[in-house]
Amino acid sequence: MNKNIFLYTLILVFGLAAPFIFPAFKVQLSILCVLIILAVTWNIQGGEMGYNSFGNILFYGLGMYLCASVQVGMFFPLAEWTESGGEKTFVHTPKQFFQGIAFGLLVAAIVPTIVAGLIGYSILGLRGHYFAICTLGLGVAAGEISGGIEIIGAGQGFTTPPFPDVGGLEARGEFFYFCSFFALVFTFIIIRAIYSTRFKLILNAIRDNEDKAEAMGIETMKYKIIGWMVSAFFCGLAGGIMGGLVGYIDSTDVAFDGREMGVFMVLMAILGGKGTLWGPIIGATVFHIFKEGFWTFFLGWQYVALGVLIVVIVIYFPEGIMGWLREKYPERFGEVVDEKDRKAQVELK
Amino acid sequence: MDFMVFQYPMITVQACLDGILLGVLFALIAYGMALQWGVMNIINIAQGDLVILGGYIAYFMYLYGIHPAWGVIVSPIIMYFVGVGIYKLVINKVVDRDLFISILATFGISILFMQLMNFAFGADVVLANSGYGTTFLFDSNVVLPNSKIFSAAISIIFAICLVIYMKKSKLGRAIRATAQNARAAKILGVDTEKVYAATFGINAALCGVAGALISITFTIHPYMGLPYTIRSFMIVIVAGLGNLPGVAISGMGLGVFEEFADYILGTEFRIGSVFLLLVLILVYRRFKLSRKREYLK
Repeated sequence: MNKNIFLYTLILVFGLAAPFIFPAFKVQLSILCVLIILAVTWNIQGGEMGYNSFGNILFYGLGMYLCASVQVGMFFPLAEWTESGGEKTFVHTPKQFFQGIAFGLLVAAIVPTIVAGLIGYSILGLRGHYFAICTLGLGVAAGEISGGIEIIGAGQGFTTPPFPDVGGLEARGEFFYFCSFFALVFTFIIIRAIYSTRFKLILNAIRDNEDKAEAMGIETMKYKIIGWMVSAFFCGLAGGIMGGLVGYIDSTDVAFDGREMGVFMVLMAILGGKGTLWGPIIGATVFHIFKEGFWTFFLGWQYVALGVLIVVIVIYFPEGIMGWLREKYPERFGEVVDEKDRKAQVELK
Repeated sequence: MDFMVFQYPMITVQACLDGILLGVLFALIAYGMALQWGVMNIINIAQGDLVILGGYIAYFMYLYGIHPAWGVIVSPIIMYFVGVGIYKLVINKVVDRDLFISILATFGISILFMQLMNFAFGADVVLANSGYGTTFLFDSNVVLPNSKIFSAAISIIFAICLVIYMKKSKLGRAIRATAQNARAAKILGVDTEKVYAATFGINAALCGVAGALISITFTIHPYMGLPYTIRSFMIVIVAGLGNLPGVAISGMGLGVFEEFADYILGTEFRIGSVFLLLVLILVYRRFKLSRKREYLK
């Protein structure tokens, strides 16, 4: 336990100091925080509950649009803002900007949660691959439909309010970094709390055998919906932050980007190891480093690399990094392995 | 919103005919989807990208001065080997695994193909002009390009040939036996590995035919694959596995639905409405099944 507290303090201190140690990587670090949030929350229902969704991008995009719309709509007419394409006809004062983004993030987190709750009953009744394809459809449909709605910019996109003139670019980077970092810390605390409750065990029971769990008297539908809502809450929050960070929202390329973000979150969780607390975090970090390397040095070939990466990870590392470590050092994970038993197994092979 | 479609009956007729001719193509793609789903128990997200690749083969023939209709013959032959290649490289490792693994792996293939096609052929919307002219019906109120009629006819011919092949040939019997029970088929001397490879190849060849026809009748673009996958998935779940008339009818139904959605909601919502329809169908199916479960209780 002591060792854990030491580790957490170290990470926290590193996280707080990071933008000052690596000032050039502030945006990358913020994106990393957002990616970790997405991976960890995908893991709640993909890894723990066994409901592999491609559709969490729905909540992410929803949060992005909501946060920006609230931020603009609180002070200015939204339709005129999008029509002007973010020209400087309306300027947020610093106070308006921070009020707007605080309230916007709140809405961005809560509304997707409610949406998840509302559609949860009908969607989560689907099992296995039907669920996966259905959520894939949801995400793409949301992107296509939001690309046709005039008030949020339709196909031409939506410019989020520019950062007010306090401290320039440096301050902007720091503000969004700390936004995403605190969101990450908040997410981690909640998810860790969930890991020590009965709720997590129920999710695992649903993953292992849903019918049996139901027979044991667990109201599986209720817990499935709650699990999905937890995911949606943090996805919306992450989306809101990402919208402000990118500064420009496009329906299919930024917000409901099933081809990138939607697959990334699944991939990161699988790369790190589904169904573990630290797996998605490690997976997201490794993936982000890998991705940035590719995006920088092989520009243009990044999707080719991504496609190959998906296939390789899925086929050769379906257990992920944590699963591999677990097989290698089972003692570390609190699994007692009988030495004779292991030898016998090796001989059998 | 545009309700002109209900005021002028001729537009309704036009939409229905267009939809049916389009739906036949969808049904052909869906037949391939049903085949591999039934035999190998995998869902191939890259299905649509195989279609687009097949389309580009026909388009290239057109560029080099060969009539694109010959693509209907050439494209499936090339695509068969592409399909077998994909099987040997990737699919054979995911066949006996969880369905989700196959979905994700084929999703990776889909992204890969999309981008490679983007590099190789450019991001322009292209079509292979067949020069077949148009047919005018009902005092030229209804306009049907001959290429659409040609493509529907070719799809039907291919579908019939395939059904007969599956019924009569040795490989067809082996494929059907593997679909029923892979283990028993293995015991009785069927080389399931070969059967799987052939199934995936046949599926890719079907996609090639459909793609060549699409490049003649409509347009192709490297990123247009996913909607075709979703359409074929939708058709298969509506019709059920192994229900060929069902596949044909629900394919045409989907085509008609799309044409009407195009007229009523506008072209920008066309793809969105397809995906939304998928969600609605799945949700409807879920409630229907849960009622059945309650009834059994």
